[in-house]
Amino acid sequence: MGKRSVIPFGPQHPVLPEPIHLDLVVEDERIVEAIPSIGFVHRGLESLIEKRDFNQMTYVVERTCGICSFQHGMGYCETVEKIFDVEIPRRAKFLRTIWAEMSRMHSHLLWAGLLADAFGYENLFYQCWRIREKVLDLQEMTSGGRVIFSVNKVGGVIKDMDADMLKAILETIKDVEKELKVIKKTFFNDYSVKSRLKGVGILTPEQINALGAVGPMARASGVENDMRRLGYAAYSEIDFEPVVSNDCDCYARCYVRIMEIFQSIDIIRQAIAKIPDETDLFVPIKGNPNGEAFVRLEQPRGEAFYYVKANGKPNLQRMRVRTPTFANVLALCEMLKNTEVADVGLLVVTIDPCISCTER
Amino acid sequence: MGIMKYAPSALANMFKPPVTTKYPAEPAEYPERSRGHIEIEIDECIGCGLCVRCCPCGTLSVDKLKGTWTIDRFDCIACGYCVEKCPKKCLYMKDGYQEPGDDKSPITYTKSPEQLAKDEEQRKALAAKAAAAKAAAEAKAKEAAAAKVAEDNAK
Repeated sequence: MGKRSVIPFGPQHPVLPEPIHLDLVVEDERIVEAIPSIGFVHRGLESLIEKRDFNQMTYVVERTCGICSFQHGMGYCETVEKIFDVEIPRRAKFLRTIWAEMSRMHSHLLWAGLLADAFGYENLFYQCWRIREKVLDLQEMTSGGRVIFSVNKVGGVIKDMDADMLKAILETIKDVEKELKVIKKTFFNDYSVKSRLKGVGILTPEQINALGAVGPMARASGVENDMRRLGYAAYSEIDFEPVVSNDCDCYARCYVRIMEIFQSIDIIRQAIAKIPDETDLFVPIKGNPNGEAFVRLEQPRGEAFYYVKANGKPNLQRMRVRTPTFANVLALCEMLKNTEVADVGLLVVTIDPCISCTER
Repeated sequence: MGIMKYAPSALANMFKPPVTTKYPAEPAEYPERSRGHIEIEIDECIGCGLCVRCCPCGTLSVDKLKGTWTIDRFDCIACGYCVEKCPKKCLYMKDGYQEPGDDKSPITYTKSPEQLAKDEEQRKALAAKAAAAKAAAEAKAKEAAAAKVAEDNAK
């Protein structure tokens, strides 16, 4: 047995887009234990409900995270709509689905780029982000913001997509699909990529269930866990199967996320084909919410849990968000055990950490 | 064979023009809906203060009498909620970013003197109308009271 020592990792580290600190207890070059500490970007968004009314909170909640901003806004609105017990127009549901899948595409492309950067494949990183830029342009064209959409509203959506926009979306995703197929070959078959990803950071399905990991992390270990199957927004009318892999390693996580981009493209196509021609985009909401509700939805990183409690006043009584990274940090610490110090950066990236989400 | 999988793409990229543009030499193109920053047609504003009440970050303030609308651009998150709420539709989102400033003070927009004079006139006219209505109501009440007194006396 070698001598134990502690290596601090983060909060500032080249591989980390956001600050998280890990104390790595190492024996020689192998990690024995990883102790996480968070709290570097806490903004108190949950307690802001005391000062902002429930309509204003739609815009605050969206800013929890820069990547899954739309899905945060959607989750919050769906929860408050559940309290009001309103059914939003079908067109709004489909629009939400299209936007949600667009944000999933851009999030996974961003992640693929970061992963390539983490194992030192700069060229692949640039190509991923080049493709992502097309999705961002679509987002800006349809909603007005590159990453912060601000199109959700309690009761529906604010902005519509006209026929030209839907056509532009179809054309762009066709381009994206074509270019992604080229990149996919490198991610799946390249020798250097495989040598960094295969057999690294194994999490068994039992560990996933015990630690409560969610999203692509769980699906990469063979746990079929996809909240879109609950049928929120328009997902109940869309035909899709969760992407699952049984390899349980970093390569499987890469596989699941890249195949999910293709799945998102398919879902957008289905949604555009089925979108009803209505003029109503929202139902008017009267009064203040009274009651409590929760909603679970699938963000790019996994399951997010929204809980809202209201007492008939403009300000909500309590709001709680459990974000996917919060659930995945424990799995990360388990995954880090018995790995090489050189792989830590890569392993942290494979959970797709979103620390700003986690700390709210 | 798993090596050189990226080589065809890398070779093709050598003969393609750069994907990025030379901003600011080449101006950026913004889509129609782009939420760059908020602008106001100040002369149209009626100073109702709905934007102030709905703003999630409390960055706006309005003075109805002075005819001013103030925004702290550093606090604004460009969510567009005020634009949605404005009853006169004098607030709108303009694409593109603003030029960098040399201080962090809020920006105040003031109505033109002509509009201020017009507003003042309107306010006076409204006040006069209200005063006339009040006087008329008072006179009516007095008359009714006098009529009632006369009726009581007659009884």
